[in-house]
Amino acid sequence: MSNLRVKLPGLELDNPVIPASGTYGFGYEFAQFYDINILGSIMTKGTTLESRFGNPTPRIAEASSGMLNSVGLQNPGVEKVVTEEFVKLAKHFNKKVIANVSGSTIEEYVETAKIFSDSEIVGALEVNISCPNVKCGGMAFGTSPAMASEVTKAVKKVSKKPIYVKLSPNVTDIVEIAKAVEEAGADAITMINTLLGMRIDLKTGKPVLANKMGGFSGPAIKPVALRMIYQVYEAVNIPIIGMGGIMDAEDVLEFIFAGATAVAVGSANLIDPYACKKIIEELPLVMKKYNIENLEDAIGRAHNE
Amino acid sequence: MLYIKMKKLKILSNDMIAKDVYEMVLKGDFNLRPGQFINIKVSDYDVPFLRRPISVADVFEDQLTIIYKVVGKGTEILSKKEVGEELDCLLNLGNGYDLNIESKNIVLVGGGVGVPPLLYLAKELKKLGKNLTIVLGFNSKEDIFLEEEFSKYGNVFITTTDGTYGTKGLVTTILDKLEFDYYMTCGPEKMLLAILKSYPTNGQLSFEERMGCGFGACMGCSCKTLTGYKRICVEGPVMKSEEVIYE
Ligand SMILES: Cc1cc2nc3c(=O)[nH]c(=O)nc-3n(C[C@H](O)[C@H](O)[C@H](O)COP(=O)(O)OP(=O)(O)OC[C@H]3O[C@@H](n4cnc5c(N)ncnc54)[C@H](O)[C@@H]3O)c2cc1C
Ligand SMILES: Cc1cc2nc3c(=O)[nH]c(=O)nc-3n(C[C@H](O)[C@H](O)[C@H](O)COP(=O)(O)O)c2cc1C
Ligand code: FES
Repeated sequence: MSNLRVKLPGLELDNPVIPASGTYGFGYEFAQFYDINILGSIMTKGTTLESRFGNPTPRIAEASSGMLNSVGLQNPGVEKVVTEEFVKLAKHFNKKVIANVSGSTIEEYVETAKIFSDSEIVGALEVNISCPNVKCGGMAFGTSPAMASEVTKAVKKVSKKPIYVKLSPNVTDIVEIAKAVEEAGADAITMINTLLGMRIDLKTGKPVLANKMGGFSGPAIKPVALRMIYQVYEAVNIPIIGMGGIMDAEDVLEFIFAGATAVAVGSANLIDPYACKKIIEELPLVMKKYNIENLEDAIGRAHNE
Repeated sequence: MLYIKMKKLKILSNDMIAKDVYEMVLKGDFNLRPGQFINIKVSDYDVPFLRRPISVADVFEDQLTIIYKVVGKGTEILSKKEVGEELDCLLNLGNGYDLNIESKNIVLVGGGVGVPPLLYLAKELKKLGKNLTIVLGFNSKEDIFLEEEFSKYGNVFITTTDGTYGTKGLVTTILDKLEFDYYMTCGPEKMLLAILKSYPTNGQLSFEERMGCGFGACMGCSCKTLTGYKRICVEGPVMKSEEVIYE
């Protein structure tokens, strides 16, 4: 019997597979496809203090083995998420979720985090300092070690739940940022968010996305994600939740070998609503293939001498 | 719930019916309404990455017809699929047209690849005893399809932009001369907005948007309406004229 259980700060997961924020709504939409209790946890849609519509459409473009989005944090605001969306989710899901928090100012992160951390269903917060799709804040916080540290400290101070900080790959030195958030009190790191990208429509001569630029995700970004996780694993002592292009159980193992304790599956859910279920079912078989009994023993294997 | 399904559907035929326009018939059991769409994975691999949304053009017993125009890589791959192959589809997507309307005299207006979903719609409206007039707009003579099929359900008017067939001009040139008390339409956004401008009430319009998922998960297809934020793929693609914000 293979053992898929992994431990994260504040959460013990039956398996390491978590749908990534923004690709799984508030979870209950997927309950029509399968029993979502099979998941390790759920990272919920990026939430801000007030409701937001997000960016104008088109918000979606395609690329080879991937996609770009400029959704821009459409969400109903944290109050409604807690009182409506989480209530609907709890009807289908009896585990803890990881609530993704965003903001334009440090105060907004703090206020949103406070409300989330009082919510029963929330096991941990994922502080998104890496969204490329909002004008002020978002990624700006994730591209400077000083700002990343400031947000982390401020949220850590008010949160009753562990905080996981989500890093942006759109930086020169990811290790520097990772160290800064660890020092500022982050309980874990989640990485990577999307890579800033663009597509241009030859017929109109203009960018495909109304917002011009968007976040690039999907299997095309997997090597970048793996490289960054590998580097960060060597530099910090807190766990990493890895993501970026995971499509199947072999991909999961690759992320675990690079140093991830758990993984998030994003774009794959949009192409195949059963993606997480299939990955969870395949994972024991793939572990067997590579002679892994306890998944935890495989974390960081690529770093072994 | 338990409404959206992912299924492999066998291709029964896949033939060109006008310039770059193909009609594909798929086999399976369906519970589709006019105006709904399916989302097709055209490749087993990661390229093209996203599914392609295509409207339901007709349903007859265990056969589903789609009609699509080759405009890029995804639809090109689709056009090369062989009879007997299976297609990975997400089914029963979108709200579809609301057929529960009192008006008796209805005009259906289609433009380009917005024409196909109106065929199934015409069939179902006819069953409900409605009087139909059909206005179809194309670029040129060689682009025209389904003219004969539509004539079973009502009077058909064709417009072409270059005047090579039917009336020269846009669908609105015909529409302005007709008498009707309700309209249902599908086509390019420019056409929909031109219709909406002249006829702000008593209509239903089917919109297109670039989609990430097609089933409500990604918020890629949101739009603002007078009745709140809606996802084209779940609360749309069909909107009531009274709720659309004219921009
Ligand atoms: C609800 C709905 C119903 C549709 N029904 C039909 C139909 O019945 N027949 C038909 O011919 N076409 C229909 N379309 C348009 C069809 O989806 C696009 O023509 C098709 O996706 C183009 O794919 P491609 O790879 O050939 O083009 P590419 O330009 O290479 O595609 C690149 C990306 O842009 C997206 N895209 C390009 N054009 C459109 C468009 N007009 N609308 C939405 N996404 C687009 C593609 O899905 C893909 O993600 C419909 C679109 C929607 C949203
Ligand atoms: C449509 C879409 C919406 C997203 N929204 C969010 C979000 O709200 N908050 C966030 O932290 N990340 C968001 N992301 C990023 C994903 O959570 C993930 O980090 C990224 O897509 C890489 O994983 P993938 O390649 O498996 O998709 C979004 C991604 C996509 C594709
Ligand atoms: S396309 Fe994903 S929500 Fe509509």
